[in-house]
Amino acid sequence: MGIELKGITKTYDQHEKPVLSEVNAEIQDGELFVIVGPSGCGKSTLLRMIAGIIPISDGVLKINGQVMNGVSPKDRNLSMVFQSYALYPFLNVADNVAFGLKARKMAPAEITKRVDDALAMVNLTEYRDRKPRELSGGQRQRVALARAIASDSKICLMDEPLSNLDAQLRVRMRSEIRELQRKLGLTLIYVTHDQTEAMTMADHVMVLHDQHVQQIDSPLGIYNHPANHFVAQFFGTPQINLLSARTAGQGAADELIVDAALHVHLDEALNAGTYTVGIRPNQMDLVPVMDNGGNATVINVEALGDQTIIEAMLDNDVEVRIVKTGQVSVDLQQRIEVSALGPAFVFGADEALIAEQRGMQDDRLAVTN
Amino acid sequence: MIDSLSPTKPTPKQPQAEEKLTAKVTSFELKKNDKYYAWLFLGPSILLLTVFVFFPMIRTFYLSLFLTDTFGNPTVFVGLKNYTTLLKSASYMASLKATGTYVIGVSVFTIVFGLLLAAMANQKLRGIGFFRTVFTATMGVSVSVSAVFWLFMFNPSIGILNQVIKSFGAKPIMWLTTPSWAMVAVIATTVWMHLGFTFLLFFGALQSVPKSLYDAADVAGASPRYQFWHITLPMISPTMFFVAVITLISGFKSFGLIDLMTAGGPTNATNLLVYRVYKDAFMNGNYAQASTEAIILAIIIAIITFIQFKLLAKRVNY
Repeated sequence: MGIELKGITKTYDQHEKPVLSEVNAEIQDGELFVIVGPSGCGKSTLLRMIAGIIPISDGVLKINGQVMNGVSPKDRNLSMVFQSYALYPFLNVADNVAFGLKARKMAPAEITKRVDDALAMVNLTEYRDRKPRELSGGQRQRVALARAIASDSKICLMDEPLSNLDAQLRVRMRSEIRELQRKLGLTLIYVTHDQTEAMTMADHVMVLHDQHVQQIDSPLGIYNHPANHFVAQFFGTPQINLLSARTAGQGAADELIVDAALHVHLDEALNAGTYTVGIRPNQMDLVPVMDNGGNATVINVEALGDQTIIEAMLDNDVEVRIVKTGQVSVDLQQRIEVSALGPAFVFGADEALIAEQRGMQDDRLAVTN
Repeated sequence: MIDSLSPTKPTPKQPQAEEKLTAKVTSFELKKNDKYYAWLFLGPSILLLTVFVFFPMIRTFYLSLFLTDTFGNPTVFVGLKNYTTLLKSASYMASLKATGTYVIGVSVFTIVFGLLLAAMANQKLRGIGFFRTVFTATMGVSVSVSAVFWLFMFNPSIGILNQVIKSFGAKPIMWLTTPSWAMVAVIATTVWMHLGFTFLLFFGALQSVPKSLYDAADVAGASPRYQFWHITLPMISPTMFFVAVITLISGFKSFGLIDLMTAGGPTNATNLLVYRVYKDAFMNGNYAQASTEAIILAIIIAIITFIQFKLLAKRVNY
């Protein structure tokens, strides 16, 4: 059953191009589905259309097999957590959690029970009489979560719920939300602009960009098989290296050449031409060389302790990022020879993925088997 | 203090620290020179307040304890007799009642209509910007202009209100010459005048309620009506309190409009407390009585404002 999106489109003005175009997706019951994309890609708009706060211009939204277009938000039986938390400043914590239940005229005994349970679940029981302004950001966030829990709906929508928290709290809330979602068996649609949140929390990820769905897959599926330039660049820090490369020799070839030292060997031959090859920074290697040898110059070194990020300028004026585990001593302006270790993606002229060279998950499988 | 904490180690720096402390304290005291500056800066406002506020206040209270001649000079000291006479007078009680009716009527209708207009203007409708401007327009109209303007509308024979009533075949109303209708007329005019500013305050308050609160309520299953009573009203309650205070006080002080429209008539039906003070002092030449009335009015306003703050502050939500 779950939630089904078929050709969902949002247009605000007839004469302008849609802010969201032809979104298709199936969200399974009980999964954590992350919608990720840069700001302005329409991810919040999509969430609001699912919630029913704004109308759907075109396409069909089905929840548990029933068409939901035009059904008012309260009849969609879902809960929502807002980026601003949307807490009522004049109500205390318990009343904030009880707000929707009271509006639905639930029996007082049932309301009390649900509020108590929800507050206990987010560890806010002793704060029940506080006003929102007397709470920290993290506690406010929990009140918003408790409100969603108390509604007892099986579908929960979250709109960038962690973006107002500091980095440490964000990491903690990330796992708390995930835990809560599993415990309650929620179908959770989670909107974020943060690829780390998408990678760490999701069962499935939808990548939105330029009003279109770029890819829907599991987090590792997206990391290991990015559908195009954008997806490849959006996931993984530091960013993937996208380098222009041509086929070796005259005709079809199984080798792509970036420059004299930087080659990528392919499993299958490609037609002659120029392609973009994507290599993750940890799949690049470097060797310091004497004097003016090599094919690049180090321009920046970031030592993080457990890994070292090296930025280098190739001789054809393209910047590359290389990640080495452990601590590597490289000097600025040092000449180096940069090469590719193996796994790489090849993108065509339309920026779409056309070939993979020993994807990273293949390595993993080889080890575990 | 530090000594008692470490008695075995006498610290040589101790006296120095104390010296520093005393030096600091003296630096906060005003030097002789500073005192002159203080008076210099306070002087103008003290002078103005004395001449225009403190002296008249004290003089009014002083006069209220005497009988006065026609020039307003005190003649015979009578103590609080002016007060007891006044509070026993039926006409003063009538004025008090009229003022109560007027002030409550003005406050209630100003708040209700101001909020209604603001709620309408807050909707996303085509051309609503025009109405937002129109609704605030009464702010730019002076008391005298609006009084004259409404006088024309209330005119029994040529006024538009009676024209409309007549067109429905009903009997025309003698707006300003029937006691009960005269009160309605002055209340309506005052409400109309207050409406622009009140609208603006309420509109601003409504606009500042975060949209996400309503979105959350939509999803939670609250009807629009429930949202109005349980989100909008609590969120704008501070503004409502402010509006209540200013309309109530300005109602007590309403003078120009009464003077121009009814001059306290007919048969003292709109003879509000402030207008009564003016009439008794400058038309009847009874300065002692006018002073007494002024003091009573001041006390009433003070008490009501105090109660308002005590009562409403509890119910204003944040």
